[in-house]
Amino acid sequence: MKRLSVLMVSVLFSGCGQADLPVTTSDVLPTEVADRLPPSSPQTFGFGGEATDERIAMWDIDVKPDGEGLPSGSGTVAQGKLVYETQCIACHGATGTEGPFDRLVGTGPWEEWPSARVVGAYWPYATTLFGYIVKAMPQLTPGTLTADQTYAVIAYILNMNGLVADDAVMDAATLPAVEMPGRDRFVPDDRKGGPEVR
Amino acid sequence: MDKKASPPLSRRAWITTTSGVIAAGLIKTQADAVEVVAQEVPTPAQDPTKVPGRLTSELGQRAPAEQPRRLVRSPNLSSSSRTPLQDLYGIITPADLHFERHHAGIPNIVQEEHELLVHGMVERPMVFKMADLKRYPQTSRIRFVECSGNGGGAYNRDRMPTEATPQSLDGLLSTSEWTGVLLSTILREVGIRNGASWILAEGSDAAVMSRSVPLEKAMDDAMLAYGQNGEAIRPEQGYPVRLLLPGWEGNAQVKWLRRIEVTDRPTMTREETSKYTDPLKGGRARQFSFVMDAKSLITFPAFPYQLPDRGWWEIKGLAWSGRGKITRVDVSTDGGSSWIPAELQGPILSKSTVRFRHLWDWDGRETHILSRAVDETGYVQPTVHQLWDARGERTSYHQNHQRAWKVASDGAVTFGLGDLV
Repeated sequence: MKRLSVLMVSVLFSGCGQADLPVTTSDVLPTEVADRLPPSSPQTFGFGGEATDERIAMWDIDVKPDGEGLPSGSGTVAQGKLVYETQCIACHGATGTEGPFDRLVGTGPWEEWPSARVVGAYWPYATTLFGYIVKAMPQLTPGTLTADQTYAVIAYILNMNGLVADDAVMDAATLPAVEMPGRDRFVPDDRKGGPEVR
Repeated sequence: MDKKASPPLSRRAWITTTSGVIAAGLIKTQADAVEVVAQEVPTPAQDPTKVPGRLTSELGQRAPAEQPRRLVRSPNLSSSSRTPLQDLYGIITPADLHFERHHAGIPNIVQEEHELLVHGMVERPMVFKMADLKRYPQTSRIRFVECSGNGGGAYNRDRMPTEATPQSLDGLLSTSEWTGVLLSTILREVGIRNGASWILAEGSDAAVMSRSVPLEKAMDDAMLAYGQNGEAIRPEQGYPVRLLLPGWEGNAQVKWLRRIEVTDRPTMTREETSKYTDPLKGGRARQFSFVMDAKSLITFPAFPYQLPDRGWWEIKGLAWSGRGKITRVDVSTDGGSSWIPAELQGPILSKSTVRFRHLWDWDGRETHILSRAVDETGYVQPTVHQLWDARGERTSYHQNHQRAWKVASDGAVTFGLGDLV
């Protein structure tokens, strides 16, 4: 095919009376690179250093949906109210519904989506709250809440959504066990190209 | 500046010339405003062939009259800016015009101090400095990056815009030549353990952006990119290194990459559960909807341009697919009644934008012009009705339906099919 196109280019140029115009190499070389290493590559290159357990522990703070990665500590709904009202209220509102930024609270009907991707109706895993808040919140001082404060504010957010009782305590055992109404809503991506529109 | 040579713009846009200053070009729409900075330039009073020109310089500048700008929506920490698609030629986006989407601002990272930690289900957990990454076999490829929310502004039946520009509507799309090391090279170095099936990619920004990616993609064409269009990747695009997942939604291509954990399940981060998931009709939501399906957009003529007269005009635009190569782009100049294959400008690369063109002899009557892309899987860019039928009207993300422009009899171009929808 490549040679054919070169031939066609030459013929085209001949037609213009420029048969001696050089065909550049870019016309004959592959335009795409292979997604693989050169065949002469060694099994390992050895560039880079070993990651110690301490090094990994410093950054490996994410939380898996079964609770793996959750730290020790705990927090109550009442403690969480205090954290929320000092750290979160300015962006999320007094009851978690007013904004100006993301609405946290609600069990709204499907028709409200996607504007209301609230914890009580959409979030499939309670553990996601921990992984997100401990890394990225509060927005202007991210990563400053202690584990206890994070458990507490999650307890309060879940309580405002009606998902845990007023006397609930969140910790590494109770948080993954919270039943989230959004859990069964999610389905895998079934788009796969081809003629069908999904 | 020769006024005759500049294209006429509709009432809402104008360019003025004053002595010694090419004044700010101003385009205003309901949704947004772009101000082009006024620049002092020498008065072009003298014949440039009769006076010596400027000397060489260490850093080039754009011509004073050519000042394309990103469109910034809001000053929030979590915000975006859009590429001026209508102002660009070819397929490559100049690096300083690449769209932005940050969730907590642009971090200030010193390359010499930056480290990438790769751990989890691996034989040899490792830490890589940038100098280490750059010593591995290098590769470059031209690929688009698109935010999965791109074009969502033209999906709601009750809020269809008319005064939308290519930039304001679909400017969360850019194409670059990316350079880096294949992620598969690094994963081969650390040794993947049996049973691994996902990775978690994590950024070093204040959002500590985190996304789970199937190991299959990581081992296929994923790249750790540190170069963009021939220079170091820009801070806005993830300096000193970002994850590049060709053809997949931008959010998963984590910028300022600091950690990769190899796992046997997705982490279910906030972005892949509560955010970048697509509600469907019937109370379901599509999750891990990574691929950006085929799409095209006419970038000329488009709002706010006004065709000054009937006759020959070249319709120009971009087409792209996250599933491979674009094989055809059809153009309609009669509101979708008939379609004609457009000319495709090579190179036609997989998961890259492709430029298409169609010569059109406009008869001066009101009409609608549209384009639809076809990719190598046989997928045809759908109508908005097809997406509404398949997903419902309340979905979000991945809204790749056909875009239309109305050309009025006075040549004014506005967005959308209007009553034809």
